[in-house]
Amino acid sequence: METLFTPFTSFGGGMLIGLGAVLLMLGLGRIFGATGIMSGLILVENRDELAWRAAIVLGMILAPGAIYFATGSMPDVQIPVSPAMVAIGGVIVGLGTSLGSGCTSGHGVCGLSRLSVRSFVAVPTFMATGAITVFLIRHVFGG
Amino acid sequence: MKMIYAVITGLIFGIGISISGMIDPAKVINFFDLAGTWDPSLAFVMGGALVVTFIGYRLVWRRDAPLFEGRFQVPTSTVIDGKLIGGSALFGVGWGIAGFCPGAAIPALGTGQWEVVLFLVAVGVGFYLRRLVSPIKPAQASA
Repeated sequence: METLFTPFTSFGGGMLIGLGAVLLMLGLGRIFGATGIMSGLILVENRDELAWRAAIVLGMILAPGAIYFATGSMPDVQIPVSPAMVAIGGVIVGLGTSLGSGCTSGHGVCGLSRLSVRSFVAVPTFMATGAITVFLIRHVFGG
Repeated sequence: MKMIYAVITGLIFGIGISISGMIDPAKVINFFDLAGTWDPSLAFVMGGALVVTFIGYRLVWRRDAPLFEGRFQVPTSTVIDGKLIGGSALFGVGWGIAGFCPGAAIPALGTGQWEVVLFLVAVGVGFYLRRLVSPIKPAQASA
């Protein structure tokens, strides 16, 4: 499935992602790591941290609705793989981000910006295995 | 006030995820598909996010403390170990299979597609599997 190359909206959207991360640091002094926020909610790792994490998640879920309200259309969410692959990928994502202590937001956006050594190892690692995985699925196994 | 602020922070982040295209698994998988229908847009998402976060964090850290908390809580670990590398490698594999990462899937919930629920439940299962393997300390929960 082809998708349009969108350098301007992607860069602008990326700047808003960064703004969200900076505002969370300004207000609550926390990094914006989706893995930490989500696992903290699901596993109830620390009760004092539940409320702000729930508030962040609520805001994130409201975003497509806000875009619909402003523009009249929802953002595209096209899922080109089977439900089984969504489920298997999800379990691996949960296990991997939890072991590696972060994902695209925590290591990618926040960690690289903090010049964290761990994130400079994590980001090239998951980018490389992501590309290898897609290559194998699409071009070797012909998925 | 702190909770309203957190909701707005999540909303801005989620709008960024939505308009950048990060919310769309077809676009994510195409970003990884260098040998096929490559779409480099997501490099622009990361670029926009990093410019804002890199500068914004440094401005915020001139303050003694965040607005609503007593201190900044930023990860300090510099340990490069098998968990970081193996976990990040696994995350990339799952991301390539499903096309969603946690920070993109949470806003995608707001579009109401059932596969997103499936993905996030699967991520939760992955978090739980990680905890079965070895108990996690709250301080390690984020990048």
